[in-house]
Amino acid sequence: MTAEHGQMTEYNFAYLDEQTKRMIRRAILKGLAIPGYQVPFASREMPMPYGWGTGGVQVSAATLTPEDRFKVIDQGADDTTNAVSIRKFFERTAGVETTEETAQATVIQTRHRIPEMPLTEDQILVYQVPIPEPLRFLEPRETETRKMHSLEEYGLMHVKLYEDIARHGAIATSYAYPVKVAGRYVMDPSPIPKFDNPKMEMAAIQLFGAGREQRIYALPPWTPVVSLDFEDYPFEPSKADHPCDLCGAEDSYLDEVILDDAGGRMFVCSDTDYCRSRREAGHAGRLSEEAA
Amino acid sequence: MYVAVKGGERAIENAHAWLAEERRGDPGVAELSLGQIREQLSLAVNRVMAEGSLYDPDLAALAIKQARGDLIEAIFLIRAYRTTLPRFGATEPLDTGEMACDRRISATFKDAPGGQVLGPTFDYTHRLLDFKLAAEGGEPNAPQAEPREAPMPHITGFLQGEGLIQQEADSGAAPRDLTREPLEFPADRPLRLQSLTRGDEGFILGMAYSTQRGYARNHAFVGELRIGTCAVEMEIPELGFAIEIGEVELTECETVNQFTGSKTEPPQFTRGYGLVFGQSERKSIAMALVDRALRWKELGEDDTGAPAQDEEFVLSHSDNIQATGFLEHIKLPHYVDFQSELELVRKLRREAQVSHREAAE
Amino acid sequence: MTQAGHFSGGFGVPPIDAAHAFRAAMTAMARPGEIRQIAGATPPAPLSAAAGALILTLCDADTVLHLAGDADCAAVRGWVAFHTGAPLGQAAEADFALGTWEALQPLDRFRIGTPDYPDRSATLIVERIALEARGATLRGPGIRETARLNLPDPAVLARNATRFPLGFDCFFTCGDRVAALPRSTHVSEG
Repeated sequence: MTAEHGQMTEYNFAYLDEQTKRMIRRAILKGLAIPGYQVPFASREMPMPYGWGTGGVQVSAATLTPEDRFKVIDQGADDTTNAVSIRKFFERTAGVETTEETAQATVIQTRHRIPEMPLTEDQILVYQVPIPEPLRFLEPRETETRKMHSLEEYGLMHVKLYEDIARHGAIATSYAYPVKVAGRYVMDPSPIPKFDNPKMEMAAIQLFGAGREQRIYALPPWTPVVSLDFEDYPFEPSKADHPCDLCGAEDSYLDEVILDDAGGRMFVCSDTDYCRSRREAGHAGRLSEEAA
Repeated sequence: MYVAVKGGERAIENAHAWLAEERRGDPGVAELSLGQIREQLSLAVNRVMAEGSLYDPDLAALAIKQARGDLIEAIFLIRAYRTTLPRFGATEPLDTGEMACDRRISATFKDAPGGQVLGPTFDYTHRLLDFKLAAEGGEPNAPQAEPREAPMPHITGFLQGEGLIQQEADSGAAPRDLTREPLEFPADRPLRLQSLTRGDEGFILGMAYSTQRGYARNHAFVGELRIGTCAVEMEIPELGFAIEIGEVELTECETVNQFTGSKTEPPQFTRGYGLVFGQSERKSIAMALVDRALRWKELGEDDTGAPAQDEEFVLSHSDNIQATGFLEHIKLPHYVDFQSELELVRKLRREAQVSHREAAE
Repeated sequence: MTQAGHFSGGFGVPPIDAAHAFRAAMTAMARPGEIRQIAGATPPAPLSAAAGALILTLCDADTVLHLAGDADCAAVRGWVAFHTGAPLGQAAEADFALGTWEALQPLDRFRIGTPDYPDRSATLIVERIALEARGATLRGPGIRETARLNLPDPAVLARNATRFPLGFDCFFTCGDRVAALPRSTHVSEG
């Protein structure tokens, strides 16, 4: 109880007790059987705050086996503070091996990004989700949004997107861009940039955990995932119109970094492992060491 | 040459070390013991137990010490610990009518069997800073008396005898457990009460206050407020009967509210109910007011659109651990989302400028 | 079976064995038709090792289990009670149901969820004599193009999919192997 490190050994494998894991596992199976439908689950209080990945952590805890290699990214990066904190948590409580290499990982927990490298069928991607209900900002009431999903009544969402077009000439949603899953449920892809939406039809299993909102949902491999749009205003995945200044990648999502107070800025891959592996393979960008 | 920021792990470790040092404060000042916190900051301990949903004064004291006195942080520590504890079973329902009361007052009757017992209350203290406490408090001595043996029945029981207050039906069903099942709407009253009793004191207080100021006013009298200890009993399957396993301190409030009747119910009084771990008087009264406001549908009252009548609004936002986590998460990195917004705003501005120019030409 | 028999045949190291079994079950449900190994349990006859592992991984005091046909015997009841504490119940209230395809009939007794909560539906654990990637053609989420599985009654399972998002979900077990067919899978014969 007193020594912080001694404490962890008193907890079960992957922290959660077995009954809690069974409850989460049952929810995951129903989520996979009804792709895009948000399964209510009795989320537990975790030793990190709600809103900081408790849903993803619970899904990972129910999914991990001792043989897994676990990777955690936040904003695409392995070294962001919250990613470091979650990775350490599972190193301590599950004793799993961790990795920063996307290709080496068997389970990847993510906040806000899908890795650039296509995932394989031997991998599982676990998303941290803040607000799982795609209709929540149009209708705050759970009782109402549940009805809308059951009746497949998604007119409100189309009206919202259409109002964007009327006002701005384009759909003004750039992340957490809603998708329709297997022709039935409208689903929140979590706050990934819409650039990542097309990647969601993938070989890996995708699991979504929202701890505070007590919801789990899932996408089996190759489930059709369509970003909502209109015939005359088709969905456009977009990113900064630059190559990466470190590795030269033209196809990766970029972070903008302010370099000085004279307007100097650079663009770098948000996926740190992708950028590193490209540089190791000899690719270079405008501001990389080789170019400097 | 640009070098990305690295070393998150070291930064985190150093931040934690600094935090530990700040928690301790000036090492020249004696360290707080858990006993001191438990005994001398007992109302803070009570709040942490109530909102942490775990009755353990020593653990609550530890949490308060570790949290540097931040009670929401302490409640969080208790909740995170609580969720790892195994469940051995459920106790028998408590009988608050059998409470050994330290305090028991009624605002509806001048006197009643069992009497008015003020107990250790801040009421009627003049809120003047007591500078004696800044030096040595000394050892205060309160006058002693023999404990009363006479029973102290619930005040609302007298109204019930005359049929003047709505009878609460016992469905006999085991209540659902908020900590084991996802919250689902509409929520029944046992679930609402569970949610309110562990809800944030400030939030529940604000909601209750809003009903007093006219947002779903229901004109509450404190029928009875009682604070004391109750025996906790548990049935042991091997024995086939219940045995006492301990006692807990509780605060219970029953409000008596006007009710002019509806299509199905004659005019009578109705009840709001609050029950909270420890001495938590403000919280239990507030809880009773909000409970009553949330009963509008069952009593056939009008939905005035007041926040305190809105069960989804109240229950979804009363938990301070959920609220503080989500509120504070916005300080986590959001580079990716922000970047996508940045690109969008730049694009929309470009397009707007082009169309502006075209319009001008 | 003797009283002592109820105590044996559980997971050796429950958190680890359950994690492995769940990975197999989840992968099966995510990739309909794919056959996976699932081990760690030695349940009493007539249960397969795979069915035993699913029960140990998914059932507990919070789930109602319906035992159908030969699976509803004293040995299995005792084993389930000792290892999971799952209450046994009728088909209509079951979260999980276990038996051969024939024993589980008629299927309209099982819960298929409600439009508000389609997840409140039964999961059937169907014991099979053989489990092979041939027979009915499967299409849908989790399947890149098509998959094949020797389903007991493709026409009935095809009808289950037409009620999507309502419906029951199936695991098929044989020895230490498992495959799954969620309600989202379109089934066609041959």
